Amino acid sequence: MYELKNVSRVYPKGRGKVTALKGVNLVIRDGEFLTVQGPTGHGKTTLLLLLGALEKPTSGSVVFDGQDLGALPESRLVDVRARNFGFVFQNYNLMPTLTAAENVEAALVPLRISTAERRSRSLAALDDVGLADRAGHFPSELSGGEQQRVAIARALVKEPKVILADEPTGNLDEVTRAEIVALMVKLWREHGMSMVVVTHDTQVARQAPRTALINKGALTLRNNVRKAVQTQPSPGAASEVGEG
Amino acid sequence: MRSASVVAIGLALGVGLVITVTAAASGVKTAQGQVLHSLYGVGTDITVTKAATPGGGGPFRFGAAPPTGSEAGQAFSRDRLTSTGGLTTIPGTDVTAISNLRDVAGATGALTLNSIHVTGTFSGGFGASSSGSSSTPFSISTFTVDGVNADDPGLGPLSASNITSGTSLVREWFERVAKGSSSTDSPLALVSSSYAKQDSLKAGSTVTIAGSTVKVLGVISLTQGAAAADIYVPLSEAQKLTGYTAKVNTIYVTADSSSDISKVQTEIQHLMPKATITTAQDLANQVSGSLSTAATLANSLGLWLAVAVLLAAFVLAALLTTAAVNRRVREFGTLKAMGWHSRRIVGQVLGESVVQGLVGGALGVALGVLGAFLVTRIAPTLKATVGATPFGAGGFGRGTGGFGGGSGSARRSFARTFASAGHSVTVHLTAPLSLEILALAVALAIAGGLIAGILGGWRAARLRPAEALRRVE
Repeated sequence: MYELKNVSRVYPKGRGKVTALKGVNLVIRDGEFLTVQGPTGHGKTTLLLLLGALEKPTSGSVVFDGQDLGALPESRLVDVRARNFGFVFQNYNLMPTLTAAENVEAALVPLRISTAERRSRSLAALDDVGLADRAGHFPSELSGGEQQRVAIARALVKEPKVILADEPTGNLDEVTRAEIVALMVKLWREHGMSMVVVTHDTQVARQAPRTALINKGALTLRNNVRKAVQTQPSPGAASEVGEG
Repeated sequence: MRSASVVAIGLALGVGLVITVTAAASGVKTAQGQVLHSLYGVGTDITVTKAATPGGGGPFRFGAAPPTGSEAGQAFSRDRLTSTGGLTTIPGTDVTAISNLRDVAGATGALTLNSIHVTGTFSGGFGASSSGSSSTPFSISTFTVDGVNADDPGLGPLSASNITSGTSLVREWFERVAKGSSSTDSPLALVSSSYAKQDSLKAGSTVTIAGSTVKVLGVISLTQGAAAADIYVPLSEAQKLTGYTAKVNTIYVTADSSSDISKVQTEIQHLMPKATITTAQDLANQVSGSLSTAATLANSLGLWLAVAVLLAAFVLAALLTTAAVNRRVREFGTLKAMGWHSRRIVGQVLGESVVQGLVGGALGVALGVLGAFLVTRIAPTLKATVGATPFGAGGFGRGTGGFGGGSGSARRSFARTFASAGHSVTVHLTAPLSLEILALAVALAIAGGLIAGILGGWRAARLRPAEALRRVE
């Protein structure tokens, strides 16, 4: 699915520059569950943004399903994002003026499907996350955990090839955190899409068969064989290690 | 939501003020129109007069020669009918020439006259007496006379729009004069209600004008402040009494349309280079008083205030919308991450702004209507005075001044011959609303919303989703 070859990302900062990622090589297979760990500010979110075609690499290539995302114009990238990627953010990023169902529907708007189908699919997605009865509620009327469930439903409703989650449990208490992680793993199993989760939480990280460790922009991989959730089919032992 | 409300309220205030000021300005124009109407009369677009050459008429004479010794102590009475306000005569052929001009719908001539009646007793004579006394006791009374062309009842001082009471009487007068018939040999006159009250005149009474007896057909009332005469007689009679055969001193002209007035004015000037041609606009320029002040305030200060407030509302709307977009950066970044094109997001922002504009427009209309209602309710009565007409100038010159002559008290202004004070009209200011004003106001509000939306949308379109999603609130 993904092949990152010698990817670097450099940001200008004042008169100098910041290297967020350097020489990253990574392959993510279809259906794989990968977590990403590392200290704050070392490049985890940058990696996620590159995978989600929200950033372009300064050098190297990010190939998704045979397409070099760095070479595509923005108009094509928008369509790639619309069809293939579902995002889950630490702060949920729900629209405050839309109900839960409308927030989920917003992900289907770019796909130009009928209103009736959008509504039907959004309700089904909310049902998947256990919030069918809260479809008409606004985000301000939902708890943190419920808002994150809505965000997960929004990410899943378009049946993406990849779920990209940036600290999805970062703002949740321990109990809710466990619930969300369990939900995400369950949904990953049921839907079979790839899932990349950035997290500080080692417990969460070890839920995946592999963890990408990022330190000062360099990436290494760790196999979490003993505690990892087994995928169907197994992702195998193949992994690329890259250091800057 | 709060910023959206502030934007809507800001637009509403701007729009409401524009409506109120525009309505008030419209009301002032209406009031000015009422003033002009009362002074000028509907149907008359232009008046043409000619000023007398200064000093050309020689000294004013009563026609009374200084007394000889045998006349000392004898009473005398003299009447003199003269052209009013320093106007000189115009040949009747000029009236025909004007009415034949292109763009002229009609023209009619009239004589506007002052009648001066002097009575007294000859003493030692005018000038120094043997005892050094120079006073000859005499009293002066004046009244105004209009000689009206009965062939043009729709034009001139007796047009229907000037008459507030006695319209049928006027009609009858026109018919009888035009037919040349009367029940007696005396020519027929109409008398204004104010003069009739003063001199206790009524239908059937007689008045003496320049030594001739005229029978009063009836008493009429004219619009307040109209340049009204005391007595109206047929033009032919006035010409006979003054000796101004086939002459007039005022021509009333109607143009084919209001847009032709200026053209007609030029044509008449070309035809009669020495004439004074007065249009309603010229008269409007002479209007002073609280109405004039209100007009100035409405047109200048009021208009600029409304424009300033509206601009401020637009700027506020634009700033708040841009600020709202900045606050919604994560929201828009998320939408872009979900695959929303920039144009869809810009459309979202524009749509929201237009709705704000519509809400602001609706509120603004309500505020403007309320403002206009309050202006109509509490606005004071305004007064308009047409400026003085100096000696030798043409135009409107009827008014009251003061001049005390001799030992008696003057009932009518002797000064009318030399100068006149202004005519005053009081009007109640209103603030009429029209669909055009309301539609303009709503359009302005939507325009304000659109401008704000375009600026906000531009800001949203430039957002980089990665940057937006990194931002920590």
